[in-house]
Amino acid sequence: MSDKVTSIKIAGLGGMGVLKSTQILAEVFFRQGFDVKKAEVHGMSQRGGSICSDVRFGKKVFSPMVPAGALNFLVLFQDDQFPLYEADCSPGTVILKPAAIDPAKLENKRALNIAMLGLLSRHLDIPVEVWLNVLHEALPEKGYAVNESAFELGRKS
Amino acid sequence: MKRQFLMGNEAVALGALHAGAARGAGYPGTPSSEILDVFNRLGGKAEWAPNEKVAAEVALGVSFAGVRAFTTMKHVGLNVAADVLFTAAYSGVDGALVFIVADDPGLASSQDEQDTRRYAVAAGVPLVEPSDSQEAYDFTRLAFEISERWKIPVIIKLTTRICHSGTIVVPRKPDRDLPKAHFERNIPYHVMVPGHARPAHHRLRKKLAEIAEWNETEGPNQKISGSKNLGILVSGVAYQHVREASPDASVFKIGMSYPLPVRQMLDFAATVKRAVVIEENDPYMADAVRAAGGIIESAPEMYRFGELDVKRVKRILAHDSTPEAVPPRGKPPQLCAGCPHTVTFEILKRHNCIVAGDIGCYTLAALQPLAAMDTQICMGASLGVGLGLRHVLPREEAKRVVSVIGDSTFVHSGLTGLAEMAYNVPPTGHVLLILDNSTTAMTGQQEHPGTGRLLDHSPANQLDYETVVRAMNVPNIGVFDPVRQPGEFEKALAEALEKDELTVLIVRRPCILAVARNGVKPGTTEG
Ligand SMILES: Cc1ncc(C[n+]2csc(CCOP(=O)(O)OP(=O)(O)O)c2C)c(N)n1
Ligand code: SF4
Repeated sequence: MSDKVTSIKIAGLGGMGVLKSTQILAEVFFRQGFDVKKAEVHGMSQRGGSICSDVRFGKKVFSPMVPAGALNFLVLFQDDQFPLYEADCSPGTVILKPAAIDPAKLENKRALNIAMLGLLSRHLDIPVEVWLNVLHEALPEKGYAVNESAFELGRKS
Repeated sequence: MKRQFLMGNEAVALGALHAGAARGAGYPGTPSSEILDVFNRLGGKAEWAPNEKVAAEVALGVSFAGVRAFTTMKHVGLNVAADVLFTAAYSGVDGALVFIVADDPGLASSQDEQDTRRYAVAAGVPLVEPSDSQEAYDFTRLAFEISERWKIPVIIKLTTRICHSGTIVVPRKPDRDLPKAHFERNIPYHVMVPGHARPAHHRLRKKLAEIAEWNETEGPNQKISGSKNLGILVSGVAYQHVREASPDASVFKIGMSYPLPVRQMLDFAATVKRAVVIEENDPYMADAVRAAGGIIESAPEMYRFGELDVKRVKRILAHDSTPEAVPPRGKPPQLCAGCPHTVTFEILKRHNCIVAGDIGCYTLAALQPLAAMDTQICMGASLGVGLGLRHVLPREEAKRVVSVIGDSTFVHSGLTGLAEMAYNVPPTGHVLLILDNSTTAMTGQQEHPGTGRLLDHSPANQLDYETVVRAMNVPNIGVFDPVRQPGEFEKALAEALEKDELTVLIVRRPCILAVARNGVKPGTTEG
């Protein structure tokens, strides 16, 4: 395992499933044996306000918050949130936007968060079975198929 | 035991469970709210009390029965429970009593940035400060041990970043063979009249002196050797930022920050060329080390505002006090579409009311586009502040003043305000709206004595607001559903504003999220 820490920020609005997707992400890295930290915002900011969560993994992670300039992936659930996080990005930051997902192919719009995880998963060297196992355990059985196909859609986008 | 990935709040709950806590009592408040729900889900006995003072008293009673108890609250909750804390420090405890208090540097969802370490000093109770979930777990177990060993309440100071960050935890074996609850009569220790409190104060100071000595030699503090040019004294989550911002520095992490291990801190500062204290909130450790004669640097005043992070720590170390870039503002939170509070505030706005408000989701009505709340200070203040305005404003203005309070807030600290309203009646009378949405919505839809359900959502006695108001002899009482009966509600409000009498209108309509959540597992504040 290299000493490198990978830092991811997920950003959207309250109610879009930012917390759920960070929970899934952190669990995936945890199962792969990494040190993992995540930082999230609860409370008032969930009433439809801007919300973001950080997940960092590697051999040893100190700060749970992504330091300025150290962001590897910015995952946006809504394009207009980008200016809030522009200062966190460096030229090396990979920015994933919802435009990459074909809305016509997304069965349920509420599964956009899972589709975006699928998109992110392409950039991370983690077996797809691990993702699917964690998804299966983290999401309700009812409607799971929609989420799995959203994940596959993102992974192919 | 196997490693787990836990949020700070989950780690505290697991720590309390493994410490064999007999009961946890608290009042919700971001960022502390999840602790009791998790403790309950793990099989612990947990309750929501009407407010933090009552919660702390219940926990104190449990500890007087010789077993382990804890109470949870946000930092401002300790203002309400402070009366218990100060004298429980004198009486001491029989089992163990741990105050779990969550600060909010940066004001993610609070009305102030107060620093709980000041309370530890003022009341004379030990305080530990974890820097991640592992320490949140370890220090919770330790807090119970210290409390039991020295028969003294102990504070665990969390922060928003600790409560709501997930990190890896390796738990230890649960404590076994703990004492069973029983009552041991001990009047000089349990009854704090002056004659008993005088020796109790001496006992307290003696305990603190012993704990200070223990903290110097065996306390939960850690030195990491590094460069002799730079040494950093740090506590809480700032430790993580320091390790990342300055990997080569020598570091002294303070885990128990009251009583401080001052000798160790002075020794550490003396072994490095440059010693810097880095801490969130007040310059509490920096002042203490300086008062003891230590030569240290501390952060410029600008860094006591808000949270620290890696970048700010780097700036502090680089003596950079140039203005920081102001982060762009995101979309502010708003009332949910269809929230019953919206109708109420639209009506108040139409009648040009001066609204003495309170804290809860409905405080969002103070923001644009409604901008229909004029004051908000602390829980319960809507009553006193509204009455104060009514007493002195010119008649025409006074008649427009309305106090507005949520149901959970009313039970928390509105009952005494209502007694004031019924007792010291302003010349123009007064109007109070109780917004009964059948939940504590803002902090994640917790139950309270007015919902008729316990913490785990099982049925309970239900407080009857109408009867309470009637018992206070308020002459005019009305109950309206703001969504179904907006017209009737508006008419009743208009009439109340006309009269020079006291009126209480109960505005009853459940929060839409609580309705959706009912039947769903407790403790999920997922949004
Ligand atoms: C002393 C204190 N304890 C806790 C809090 C956190 N808090 C603020 S308002 C509130 C209760 C809100 O419930 P309610 O009055 O029913 O209004 P709602 O959010 O349901 O509209 C809580 C728990 C606080 N600000 N101060
Ligand atoms: S959570 Fe409930 S009370 Fe709060 S804004 Fe939404 S509907 Fe209104």
